[in-house]
Order: sequence, then C-alpha cells, then structure tokens
Amino acid sequence: MSAGTTQRAFTAQLKKVYTWYTGGFVLFVVALAILEKAGMPRAWIGYVFLLATVLLYAGIGVMSRTSDASEYYVAGRRVPAVFNGMATGADWMSAASFIGMAGTLYLQGYSGLAFIMGWTGGYVLVALFLAPYLRKFGQFTIPDFLGARYGGNTARFVGVLIAILCSFVYVVAQIYGVGLITARLTGLSFEVGVFVGLAGILVCSFLGGMRAVTWTQVAQYIILIIAYMIPVVWLSMKHTNIPLPQLVYGSVLEKVSAREDQLLKDPKELEVRKLFADRAAAAEAKLKALPGSFDSGKAEVQKALDDAKSSNAGPEQVVAAQKAVDTYPRDAAAAKTAWTKEAALKGRAAPPLKHGEAFPAANEKARDVARKNFLALIFCLMVGTAALPHILMRYYTTPSVKEARNSVFWSLFFIFLLCFTAPALAVLVKFDIYTMLVGSEFAKLPAWVNSWSKVDPSLLSIADVNKDGIVQLAEIAIGGDIVVLATPEIAGLPYVISGLVAAGGLAAALSTADGLLLTIANALSHDVYYKMINPNASTATRVGVSKALLLVVALAAAYVASLKTADILFLVSAAFSLAAAGFFPALVLGIFWKRATSLAAVLGMIAGVSVTFYYMATTQVWMRGLFGVTSPIADNIWWDIQPISAGVFGVPLGFLVIILVSLVTPAPKPEVQELVEHVRYPNLRPGAA
Amino acid sequence: MQLTDKHREYWRRNLLITLVLMAIWFVVTFVVGYAARDLSFSFFGWPFSFWMGAQGALIVYVALIWYYARTMNRLDREYGVNEEEEQ
Repeated sequence: MSAGTTQRAFTAQLKKVYTWYTGGFVLFVVALAILEKAGMPRAWIGYVFLLATVLLYAGIGVMSRTSDASEYYVAGRRVPAVFNGMATGADWMSAASFIGMAGTLYLQGYSGLAFIMGWTGGYVLVALFLAPYLRKFGQFTIPDFLGARYGGNTARFVGVLIAILCSFVYVVAQIYGVGLITARLTGLSFEVGVFVGLAGILVCSFLGGMRAVTWTQVAQYIILIIAYMIPVVWLSMKHTNIPLPQLVYGSVLEKVSAREDQLLKDPKELEVRKLFADRAAAAEAKLKALPGSFDSGKAEVQKALDDAKSSNAGPEQVVAAQKAVDTYPRDAAAAKTAWTKEAALKGRAAPPLKHGEAFPAANEKARDVARKNFLALIFCLMVGTAALPHILMRYYTTPSVKEARNSVFWSLFFIFLLCFTAPALAVLVKFDIYTMLVGSEFAKLPAWVNSWSKVDPSLLSIADVNKDGIVQLAEIAIGGDIVVLATPEIAGLPYVISGLVAAGGLAAALSTADGLLLTIANALSHDVYYKMINPNASTATRVGVSKALLLVVALAAAYVASLKTADILFLVSAAFSLAAAGFFPALVLGIFWKRATSLAAVLGMIAGVSVTFYYMATTQVWMRGLFGVTSPIADNIWWDIQPISAGVFGVPLGFLVIILVSLVTPAPKPEVQELVEHVRYPNLRPGAA
Repeated sequence: MQLTDKHREYWRRNLLITLVLMAIWFVVTFVVGYAARDLSFSFFGWPFSFWMGAQGALIVYVALIWYYARTMNRLDREYGVNEEEEQ
C-alpha cells in the first residue's frame, strides 16, 4: 500500500513539475519574441537559446545526480508509463527524424513514407514481442538478458559487441547533428559546436545516469514537439486558414498534384531541363573520350581566346574567353572530377517527381524494384526499431509489466504526433515553393530564399539557367534539411521561432545521444566489467567505472564526428539493419521458444550481423571504399535490394540459423526453461489457478 | 515452478492475441504497401495509399498497441498472474 501511494504521489508531483516547466518554457519564448521586437540582435537569440537549453539539461543532470546502481542504470524503476513514453519519444527521435524526415518526404514523395511507417510500426513489435517480457526479466541491459537466457558469457559478449557497434555508429551521427545545429544557431564553428553539445550531454548522463537522462529526455521531448508544431500550424493557416495541417493537407496535396501536371508540360520547364540534359550529355561524351578530350578541349578554349583577341571582338567576349581558359581543368584528373560533376546534372534534367504517386518509374520492372525496396526498407526500420538497445533499455525503467505495456502505447503516441505531422509539413512547403516561388521573378525573390542560399548552397541554390528572369522549378536545387529549418521563415514567423526550431533539433539530437552513450557505457561497465571481469565489484565501483567509460566513449564519438568523413545518413540506417539482424531473432526466440539453445543464439547473432555487414561492405559506395572492394556493384547486389535495407537478409538468416542449430543441439537446461516461464507471466504465484 | 493448465491457457491466449494483431499489422503495412499503385483512388484529397502510409497505418499501430495493453492487463487479472496492485 505504501509503495502504491508513494508512486501515485510521485506521478502527481511529476505532472505538476512538467506542467510548470512547459508554461515556463512558453513564457521564455514569448519573452524572447518581445525582446526581438525591441531590437535584440539575431545572434543573441541564438546564444540565449543554446545557453538556456544546455544549462537546463545540465541543471536536471545535477539535480538527479546519483551513484546508486538501480537509480543509475534504470532510474530506480519507477518512471510512470506516460513519462517513460515521452522519454522514449525523445530518445527515439534523433536529429535525422526531427530535421531530415520532412525533407526526405519532400524529395521522395510516397517513397519517403517508408520512414514514417517503419519508425512507428516497429513499436508494434516492441509492444507484442519484447517490452513486457524484458520488464519482467528486470535486469539492467539487453546483453543481460542474452547472458541469462543463453547461459553464459559468450552470448553476453556477442550482445555487447553488437550493442556497441550499432550504438556507436548512431551516436556519431547524433553528435555530428549537434555540431551542425549549434553552428547554425550561433555561428560558432562546427568543432566548437560539437564540444559545447558534448558538455551538455555529459553533465547530464555523467552525473545521473539513466535517472538524469530520463528526466532530461522528458524535458527535451516537450521542447522538440512545441518547436515542430508551431511552424507547421502557422504554415497551414497561411495556405488553408485551418490550424490543423494533418487533417486538411489532403486538399493541398491535390493542388500540388495539379501543379505538378502543369509543370511537367510547361515549355519553359522543358527548356531548362533540356539545357541540363545537353550539358550532362556533353560532359559524358568528354568523359568517355578522356584523356584525348582533355587536350582537344584545352586547345579549343585557347583557340577561342586567340580568335576573340585577334578579331576585334568586344571586351566582354575576350573576358569570357579568358575566363574559360582560366577555369579549364588543370590536368586530366581534375577534368575527370569536374566533368563527372557536370554529368550528374542529368538528375536535374529529370521531370519533377509526382508527390502522391506510389513507385513512379519508367516501366513495370523499375516500378517492381522500387516497390521491393520500399517494403524492404520498412521491414528493416521496423525490426531495427524493435532491436535498438537504447530503446529497449527504457522499458526496464517502468514500475511494472503492466506499466511497460502502457508505456509502449505512450511512446508510440508521442512519436506518432511528429510522424503524423511530417508528411503534412512536406506537402505544405512543396505547395509554397511550387506556387509562390516557381513563376516569380528573379529580381524579387522572397527574403528566405536569399538568406538560405547564402548560408549554405547545398541546402538551396537557385540560378536563372535559361536567362528568362523567371524562376522555373528545374532551376531550384534543394537539400532536404531546409524543409524543417526554413519553415518558420517561409511561414513568415519571427526569427525567435527559427531559434526555437534549432533548439528543438538540438534537443532531439542530444536526447538520443544521451541514451546511446549510456547504452554503450553500461554495456562495457555492467556487462563486461562487472559480469565478466570483476563480479565482486562494489556498486560504487561499478557506477564509477561506468562514468569513466562514458567520458571516454563520448570523447571518441566526438572525435570521429569531427572528422566529418563518413556518410552520416547511411550510418544511421546501417545501425537499424545491424541491430535488427543481430538482436531481434535471438531476443524474440529467447522469449517465445524454450528450445532455442545457447550455441544457436550465438551463431545466429553472428550470422545475421555478418551477412548484413558483408552486404553493405560490397554494395555501399562509402563502405566499398573503406574495405577496398573493387568488383562491380551489380555483381554483388541480391534481388535489386539497396544496401540501406541489408537487414532483410540478416534477419531471416538469424532466425533460420537459431532454429536449425537449436534442433541439433541438446535442449537448454531446466533453469533456463524456468527463466522463460518466469518472463512470460507478469506474476507467477504458486497455486494461482 | 510447475505450470498449471490455467497458466498454459493464459499463454495460448496471449499467443493468439499476438498473432491476430500481427496479422493486422502485416496487412496495413505490407499488403497495402504492395498494392499501393492499385489503391490510389482519392480519399478526402489524398490518394488512398498515400494516406494509409502517412496516417492510416499509424493510427492502426497506435490502436493495436492500446488494444494489446488493455487486453493483456485484463487477462493478467482474469488468470491471476497480475502483479500486486501498485497504483
């Protein structure tokens, strides 16, 4: 009874604290808006947002500091379902989902929905197959479960390796995101941004472990959801006069589709696309004729210059000819790079994508391939969601199995709010660009276009290719991230909202990084150090080791992120496929099939991860470079599946290996079978029947 | 400990519920996704398959988890395997 009352009082207390907190945050934004009106410079707004939020997270970390093992590893197991749901939401939503998702939808239309479905539908698997059972098991980490269920340190150790592999890859991407956002928000350099963000992450998780991370993540969820909603609602008001974008963007999508049909046939659009196609074709021809084309091309520009000089041409012509000579590639290698880039303009010669059409392609076969990859990607993202240890770990923190089940519902509900909104945002921004920007005059571009194309040409670049003074759609090159970042300006909101959006992105990246770092440090300190090396270690030593490791891992991740070498987006999706293939079969069979044996699980995990990794290494451009694979990609592709979905091979193989090997190895010991029964029933009372 | 028939029945019912919910999950995700081009009739402005991917499937997922949590929490009590009441 007393436990029940304390828990209820605790929940009530939490509700009060976070309600006040939300109100305070809204007031803070309003105050900044007033200060902006009064003339506070933009850079200051950026600094205030960065400083205030990072200090807030650090403050929660200081208040929640602990060295108690249960508090440090699983937040004392008393996080109520709703709050664990919010924390999971923040833990889950990374920089990629906050900033990248709407952009992907903008660029890919229907195909982008794979991320929306994959990142939500995975929670059905979490709810049905994992969360309640892991909570009943009730230890500290995911390798803990593998170790107990598959009797011994081998399974635990393989689990630790997989957990570190996918979490480290993922955390590097988050820290990279933190650096980018901080740089954009404040104008500090990327590297400084990385380390400021890192300080925020560290103070929080270092002092208070899971307990501090949980309460910070709840705070971060509130910031990120407010930051995501305000601009979309405003944009929806601008175009539909209804503040519920999710309900009304169907009609906007209809208008976008009608506009696409117009633009497909518009003679000016065709003209621009033909210009790009011609330039690309010319570059390709020159590439084919290398190295001869380098010399002949050089002679040509030189001759043009001589002709211009000798034939009394106007000075502009001479200048132009001189410029052609000056900018001509220095040697054949430079020419190859330059012309390859030029040949890539072929992409811009393509007709605009039809946003609402599923699997658009030239012919039936290409449509089939697109469909196959769409479904494969959904599969990998879903199973990966249900296997990433930093998410599963969160369900250890609820007070009971019942609360764990409810908590998955709340998790998905809070994630749903954002995933439900992202497609609406993409369509609204598309409508704005297709109708307001396309067809306007170059002399009168909207302010946001000018400012963003100056900030970062890879996000937005726009040039009058056919020199008619009017913007054609084909003349706009756009990077996905701008959809979320520029929406406040497109919607005509004050700068303070742009700062808010950046703070939201920062919250998304920091919260995910917190969870991931903790996963890695716990796997090393709890599973490797305590369970395998020094089982007699005292609680204080274990927590101390964990904190030290946290610091090391965080610095290593920041260092890797600051190199900026890897293909970050690919790494994030790779983490999903690797986690899916490594953990999902072993975890699910461990709960649902008593016969699954230790050797089988170890081999299954290794086989699943290996085949996934192998497929990526032989088919993904960056990985091929890393491992020096030279055989043609086409030879290594299986059934036209893209490397991003490599998990579709690893997951079934994992299941297959575990099942087959289990059948030829002796059944697990009775204790293990009893453990399985133990996790299947929330409470096994003797004689309850 | 020794499981009673009642315990086994609880687990069988859990498996059945899990199976049925997974079937629904599979249909809204993969069957609808596979047939997306044939399901592109207009639905309040959206092509139906687009709406399913952007909203319909998500609503079904949330509903599935809600239903599962509610049903299993009841089943626990019905079969006497619920946890001591804490709240």
